[in-house]
Amino acid sequence: MTEGGEGRPAFGQKSAEIVVSAFFLALGALVMWDSVRLGARWGSDGPQAGYFPFYIALLMSIASAVNLALALVRKGGFRAFVEVEQLKLVLSVLLPSIVYVGLIALLGIYVASAIFVAAFMRWLGKYPWWKVAAVSIGNSVVFFLIFEMWFKVPLPKGVVERLLGLD
Amino acid sequence: MDEIQSLLHGFAIALSFKNLALMFVGIILGVIIGVLPGLGGANGVAILLPLTFSMAQSPGGTTSAIILLSCIYWGALFGGAITSILFNIPGEPWSVATTFDGYPLAQQGRAGAALTAAFTSSFVGALVAVIVITFLSPIVANFALEFGAPEFFAVYLLTFCAFVGMSKEPPFKTIASMMLGFSLAAVGTDPVTGALRLTFGSTALLTGFDFLVAVIGLFGIGEILLTLEEGLAFKGASAKINLRVVLDTWKELPRYWLTSIRSSAVGCFMGIVPGGATPASFMSYGVARRFSPDGDKFGTGKVEGVVAPETAAHAAGTSALLPMLTLGVPGSPTAAVLLGGLLIWGLQPGPLLFVEQKDFVWGLIASMYLGNIAGLIVVLTCVPLFAAILRVPFSVIAPIIIVICAIGSYTVHNSMFDVWMMLVFGVAGYAFKKLAYPLAPLVLAIVLGDRAEASFRQAMLVSQGEMSVFFSNKLVGGMTGLALVLLAWPLLAWLISKVRRASA
Repeated sequence: MTEGGEGRPAFGQKSAEIVVSAFFLALGALVMWDSVRLGARWGSDGPQAGYFPFYIALLMSIASAVNLALALVRKGGFRAFVEVEQLKLVLSVLLPSIVYVGLIALLGIYVASAIFVAAFMRWLGKYPWWKVAAVSIGNSVVFFLIFEMWFKVPLPKGVVERLLGLD
Repeated sequence: MDEIQSLLHGFAIALSFKNLALMFVGIILGVIIGVLPGLGGANGVAILLPLTFSMAQSPGGTTSAIILLSCIYWGALFGGAITSILFNIPGEPWSVATTFDGYPLAQQGRAGAALTAAFTSSFVGALVAVIVITFLSPIVANFALEFGAPEFFAVYLLTFCAFVGMSKEPPFKTIASMMLGFSLAAVGTDPVTGALRLTFGSTALLTGFDFLVAVIGLFGIGEILLTLEEGLAFKGASAKINLRVVLDTWKELPRYWLTSIRSSAVGCFMGIVPGGATPASFMSYGVARRFSPDGDKFGTGKVEGVVAPETAAHAAGTSALLPMLTLGVPGSPTAAVLLGGLLIWGLQPGPLLFVEQKDFVWGLIASMYLGNIAGLIVVLTCVPLFAAILRVPFSVIAPIIIVICAIGSYTVHNSMFDVWMMLVFGVAGYAFKKLAYPLAPLVLAIVLGDRAEASFRQAMLVSQGEMSVFFSNKLVGGMTGLALVLLAWPLLAWLISKVRRASA
């Protein structure tokens, strides 16, 4: 992926292929099981509720079984699915995003977004605090104006909005 | 001619002040979306769709809403070219082929010429596609009025088999990804019997998975994670376009008329059958390289190498709306999102639209002509502004894009569960993309799942469970047969190459 030098691989293409196709296979089995529970056959008044999903899941399972088999027998040299450095970058966005979604439920979307943008700019961008504050708070204010005032679409709010009397 | 009459009526609707304003807003938003990493046509439209819910309530509002959303789509199609040429980063998958000759041109200091060529040929491609839509769609719709459930299911089958036969991704991965989409669509209440399917006692799953959330996660969050891997810095050529460059390039362009015609044809074909804009752009680039007198110089910075993929991508992106309007089968993920919008606004996509919603259909078609003219003007005059967006550092733009995605997912059903699902789809999108599981059939399957199932069940009810209903007359049999050929195509291609190698 990156140019200039091979990074240390976090895990290989082959294991990623195996994990994803196994995931598909498990999902297919789950859907088939639930469809059979509902009835996947021909009822007195036509196809039962599980009829269509059952065959969908059957096709998914067959296809992913082939994918799994292809992944297992694949030869050729080791290829990295993702390198350690890349994975670090990806996680540096993914983990804060998970925390952010958790914060939305607690603090409302505007405060959580301000904290999220600020954290990003401070730690990854190393911006001075005044810039961090201006962009993060400004961003939330703009979204507040667009959604609550202009389009009248209510978004989740928390303590701060209630204190400011905006809720 | 009826079409001209209807089209003029459509222009009368589209030319209202409100709709013209929405057109420009849509184009500008669309270009910004197309330039930003992680936001593209499909998820950009998906995020903004909830904002049109209230707009669509007023009389004539659905027309305004579709004009806004479709213009975002045209804008995104234009925007993809800017990043490809100036930064060597394709803003959209369909502009990958534009980087091959566009970026070398920019490095030689001819960025202005490359951009002008890209925008102009985009416009030409779109125009050809809109003309095709104007005259072909009433015919297709009229023809499809006679369709019953078996015919509709055959159309769906053809659409999905075409993905298997024509996509670059491994066929079994295409099938797996498609069936995942159908399974996700099945979650929730069964529309016929009312039974709860695949909910496993969870109340959040009662309403099922919304395709908008899936699109925002798969294309938005997934794309950001992928972009991150490539590093954080964008280095680009400066964008200068002045009138002289534009006029000089326009003088050069008529030389490539044959390439333009070929690329438009490839694009329209690939858009109507659901090949999509991305394969169309690659195919057209390949064809142009083969037939052009200086084809061996492609890749070193030939204007013709920009013309070919851009014309085809726009022609495909635009003509993808033809099957969406006439048959209710979208030809691209973005068209699928637009189709979802129609359903949410209470319109039934399909042949009846041309009978019952004339204002809507012709207003939309007229707006395609106007929207692309507006788009050409906007991008030619504002390129430096749009390029400046990409100079905003990633550590500022990335969290803001994630915030926009989160808001977009939340507003679909006002539910936090959807925001969590967006993250799950984001991680899935990242993994699928890296392992060559195609996302387009997945999204199309989520959108069309219920309708495909309904037409299948109705067909089965009519025939009392006999599969032979799908071969019961010439039309449905022909479509089913073609679908099966397309499904088997990867196998046939493999066998043919094997036989050839053996005889060689």
